[in-house]
Amino acid sequence: MRPVVRFLTDSLIEQIISEARTLLFRMGLEIHNDGILAMLSDHGARVDAENARVFINDDIIDKALEAAPSSFKLFGVTGEQTHDFAGHNVHFTPGSAAINILDARTEQIRKPTTADYVRYAKLVSRLDHLASQSTAMIPADVHERISDSYRLFLSLMYCHKPVVTGAFTIDAFNIMRDLQLAVRGSEQALKAKPLCVFSCCPTAPLKWSDVTSQNLVDCARYSIPVEYISMPLAGFVAPVTLVGTLIQHTAETLSGVVMSQLTNPGTPVLYGGSPAIFDVRYETTPMGAVETQMIDCAYNEIGKFLGVPTQAYIGLSDTKNLDAQGGLESAMGITLAALAGINNISGPGMIDFESCLSLEKLVLDNEICGMALRMTRGIEPREDFPSLPHFEELLRDGHLLISKHSRKYLRDEHYFPGPILDRANRARWKEEGSHPLAERASNEVERLLATYEPSPLPDDVKAELTRLMEAEAHRYRMETLPHSSL
Amino acid sequence: MMDILARISKSLIAGEEEKVGELTDAAITQGVPPKQILDEGLIAAMAVVGDRFKAHEIFLPDVLLAAKAMYAGMDRLRPLLVTQDLPTRGTVVLGSVQGDLHDIGKNLVGIMLKGAGFEVIDLGNDVAPEKFLEAVEQHRVQVIGMSALLTTTMPVMKTVVEMVKEKGLTGRVKVIVGGAPVDADFARRIDADAYGFDAANAVEKVKSLTGVS
Repeated sequence: MRPVVRFLTDSLIEQIISEARTLLFRMGLEIHNDGILAMLSDHGARVDAENARVFINDDIIDKALEAAPSSFKLFGVTGEQTHDFAGHNVHFTPGSAAINILDARTEQIRKPTTADYVRYAKLVSRLDHLASQSTAMIPADVHERISDSYRLFLSLMYCHKPVVTGAFTIDAFNIMRDLQLAVRGSEQALKAKPLCVFSCCPTAPLKWSDVTSQNLVDCARYSIPVEYISMPLAGFVAPVTLVGTLIQHTAETLSGVVMSQLTNPGTPVLYGGSPAIFDVRYETTPMGAVETQMIDCAYNEIGKFLGVPTQAYIGLSDTKNLDAQGGLESAMGITLAALAGINNISGPGMIDFESCLSLEKLVLDNEICGMALRMTRGIEPREDFPSLPHFEELLRDGHLLISKHSRKYLRDEHYFPGPILDRANRARWKEEGSHPLAERASNEVERLLATYEPSPLPDDVKAELTRLMEAEAHRYRMETLPHSSL
Repeated sequence: MMDILARISKSLIAGEEEKVGELTDAAITQGVPPKQILDEGLIAAMAVVGDRFKAHEIFLPDVLLAAKAMYAGMDRLRPLLVTQDLPTRGTVVLGSVQGDLHDIGKNLVGIMLKGAGFEVIDLGNDVAPEKFLEAVEQHRVQVIGMSALLTTTMPVMKTVVEMVKEKGLTGRVKVIVGGAPVDADFARRIDADAYGFDAANAVEKVKSLTGVS
C-alpha cells in the first residue's frame, strides 16, 4: 500500500473551492495585462478595464478545468522520459532562483558565479533522487537582463535532466523558448516532449503582473508546461487561518488555470505554489514552518480533487548554515510532501528561506529524497508467505545474510544512503577520522563532481545553444560570456 | 589460459558459487597449473572483493557469497595442491564471555572469519575463561576472540588475558576483543593484542595478528 497523508476532508475541499469561486466572481482579481483582459472578456468574463479588474464566472472556470490535462510527462535533453506527473507519483527538483550560494570553504554566503552554477548543474546530474534540475541560482557575473536565460543555457549544457525554470521579463521568454527549440529541433518536438516547466507567480492578494501573466500565456502558446506559484502569507497578506489561506491560494491558482487553458486548451500545467505563514515576531516567511508545510500538502489535495497534477516549494529550510535545523526542516517537509503525493517537489538544497543554495545541503537532501521515495513504496509482501521456510532456514544457518530471499530483496527493501549519512559504530567512526556532517557532505560533493560525465547532448546542439546565448548577450553589450573562459 | 582465469575471477567477485566450481574444473582440464588457478584466479579475485567492501562499493553479503564461491574452487584444487601451497590462514577460537548470553556480534565475526579462510572454533556464549584455554590446548589456535555486550562481563576478558600469560602462551596465542561496551582503550588496559570495532575490522585485525596478508 502506498501510504498517503491527508489534511482535508472532501467536504472541506468542496467548501474551500466554492469560496474561491465566489471570490473570483464577486471580488474579482487584478491582471495588469490588456491582452489577457481582452481574451477573458471574449470568453464572457466581466472586465473593469480602468482598474485592471476581471470577474471570472463558474462557466469559465469549469471550461478551464475540463481542458486542463490530469497528467503529463517531462523528458531529458536527449528525449528520455524522466517524469510522469500523474496520480501520487512524486519527483524532486532543487529549490530555485537563489541569490546567494553558501561557500563550503568559508562558511559564508556570496553571490553565485558562472563557475558555481556549472558545479551545481554537474552535481545535479549525479544525484539520483533529483529527477530534474531547476535554475537554482542567479549568476551575478552576467548582465541582469540575461541572468534568467543564461541559467537555462548553463543547465542545458551541463546536465541531461529537464529544467524547472522561469523568465524574469516578458522579452526573456523568447530566448528561453529558442534554447528549448534548439534542444528539441522543432515546436512539434518540444510539444511532444516537454523539456522545461516555467514558474509563473501571481502576487498576493489576487493579482497578476504584466510579466508573469504574459509569461504564462506565452508558455501556453507553445504548450510549455507552467507551474503556478501562488504565495499567500498567512496572517499578513492572507487570512491567518490555514483554511483562509487555502481559499486565497485556490482563487489565485484557479485564475492561472483559466488563463492557460483559455489561451491553449490542454496545455500542461501544475497546480503549484509557495505559500507560507508570516512569522509576526521576525517579519519573515518561514518555509520550514510546520503550518507552511501543511498548507502545501493541503492545496495539493485540492489540486488533485480538481484533477490537475501538483507542485510545491516544500522541504526548504530557514537555517543559515548546514546544521541540524536544516536537516529537520527539510526532512519533515520532504517526507510530508512525498506522503501527500505532491507531483513536483521543489526544495532540496535551499536554505535561508529561499535565498541561498548550498551544494552540501543538496547532497544531504538527495538522501532525504531517497528515504522518502523508499517510504512511498510502502510495505508489501515479497515472497514472505508462508514464512515458516525462512525461519527454518534462519534456525538452520544461524543467519539470513546470504539466503536466496535476502539476496533477491536486499536492495529493494533497504535503501542504502551514501557516505554523507554516518551509520558506522562510534569506534569505526572515530578510526575513520570522526568527520562531521559538513565535512562528509563537502567530500561527497567533490567526489561526485570528480566523476561527472559530460551531458550526452550532441556537440552541434551545444554549439547552437552557445550561439543563441552569445547573440542574446550581445544585445546587452556583453562581448563574451563568463562561460567561454571556463 | 588467461581467459579462463579472468572468468573465474569475474564469477568469484559476482559470488557465483557453482560457476566458479565449474570454471575451476575446466581450468584443471585445460592443464592450467593448480597453484596458478589458486593465486591468479581465486585469491586475486578475493583481494578485489576485500577492497570493494572497504570502499563501500559492495556489502557484507556480497563478501560472504564471494567467499563461498572461492571455497567451491578451493574444494576442486585441494586434492591437486601440495600441502605447502594450501593457504593456511590459521585457527581462531571465539566465544561470548562468561555471564554474557549475547552472541549476534560474535556470530557475525565467525561468519566473516570463515569467509576470509580461517578455521573457527565457536565456543558459543557464556564461555568460562578456562574453556578458551582448553580449546587452545586441543587445537592449533593462533587467536582467541572474545565478545561482550555487558559492562559487567567485560572483566572476564582480563582474566583470560592473564591466564594466557600464566600459561606462558603470550606471543604465540594472540587475543582480540570486541563488543558494544568494549573499546580500544579497554583492550589496551587489559593487555589484549587487538580490538575490532566491527566484524570486518575484526577480520582485518586477526589477519594482521597472524601475519596473513
